[in-house]
Amino acid sequence: MQATLSRFSAEVLELDVAKVAAELEEAIREVILQRLRRKGAVIGLSGGIDSSVTAALCARALGQERVFGVMMPESDSSDDSLDLASQLALTFGIPTIVENIAPTLEAIGCYKRRDDAIRTVIPEYGAGWKSKIVLPNLLDESHYALFSLVAQSPTGEMRRVRLTSEAYLGVVAATNFKQRIRKTLEYYHADRLWYAVAGTPNRLEYAQGFFVKNGDGSADFKPIAHLYKTQVYQLARYLGVPEEILRRPPTTDTYSLEQSQEEFFFAMPLEMLDLCLYGKNHKVAPIEVASAIGMAVDRVERVYAIIDSKLTSTRYLHMAPQLLEPISEVGKS
Amino acid sequence: MQQIEQEVRQFVIENFVFGNDSNHFSNDDSFLEKGLVDSMGILTLVEFVSEKFAISVPDEDLIPEHWDSVARIGAYVQSRIGKAQTSNQLTTAASVTL
Repeated sequence: MQATLSRFSAEVLELDVAKVAAELEEAIREVILQRLRRKGAVIGLSGGIDSSVTAALCARALGQERVFGVMMPESDSSDDSLDLASQLALTFGIPTIVENIAPTLEAIGCYKRRDDAIRTVIPEYGAGWKSKIVLPNLLDESHYALFSLVAQSPTGEMRRVRLTSEAYLGVVAATNFKQRIRKTLEYYHADRLWYAVAGTPNRLEYAQGFFVKNGDGSADFKPIAHLYKTQVYQLARYLGVPEEILRRPPTTDTYSLEQSQEEFFFAMPLEMLDLCLYGKNHKVAPIEVASAIGMAVDRVERVYAIIDSKLTSTRYLHMAPQLLEPISEVGKS
Repeated sequence: MQQIEQEVRQFVIENFVFGNDSNHFSNDDSFLEKGLVDSMGILTLVEFVSEKFAISVPDEDLIPEHWDSVARIGAYVQSRIGKAQTSNQLTTAASVTL
């Protein structure tokens, strides 16, 4: 008797892109015009794949003149972010504005507070230094995923230190100003135009809590939050998102040293994590996922456990303000 | 050992179950399986233990084998204290010989 071959593969994430795009466009129209009762969409354009696909879908759904792109570089943004965002806007004919948020961040103390927190673990850290926060790769280690700080001195010397809880929380709290100031500006433009603000997370980011509460986590609608990252890429190709954006590795574009999303949060390649998350969501046995992605079974089991652990530890990020008593008159249509 | 476990347990109750011991977790229960302590919690625990028992914790020791329950932390701390004492004794012996 022949052994049954595993049927689980990356094919489970393949979309009928034309059909999905049409459905999403219809849903965007319904949400913005009927439910939210606004007349367009504001999108923060980062030059990344998620905001590009969101903007393209909105332009097709609402018409390019009803989409407004906001580009918000700051001192640590990579040079190509603005170029790629501009290319995207040009491709889809979306009106845009560039809002440099560096002076606002400077005024609120974002950079100083961050550097002060870093100096608690690297006292000599200062002008000319660059840094990023990284996680160990879960594929290679059975160690706890504790954050480290990688810093580069002005002379190019690299240092890696384990962060204390105080330093980690201090760096993250200061850095979160970036996402929150950006969202403030997006809502400014949405208010003046009577538009709704689009959130741009994909499913991995949304489910695993890879967003800043009241920062990029805040929005009026999140049209691609149910799509796995590899599905976002499929849609991007179908929609005609510029090739340079498709080729750009996902980045947080938040720290002064180049940092991939894998380094900061997911700690494994996104296409593999996509399949693990899909497998877990659909109760696929780890052995099948392991065979499909070429990973040891115990590693996939560990990823499943980490997904659960992240769902628990990031629940707070998804929670709306908690009321202590029900308010019956609110929420009725 | 009992004293170490007691101190660690108290810290876990105060910081991760917020003073409410009604979960009745045992000293052998896995923090991960019980959902008691995440990686930020482990970091906090490591800092507490390092300071409280005056031990250093190298990166290679940050594994569940040492940190995933009150009992495991107790055993780990005991072994680190033991190593530090042995090392001190050897240093003293070496000094006397000289």
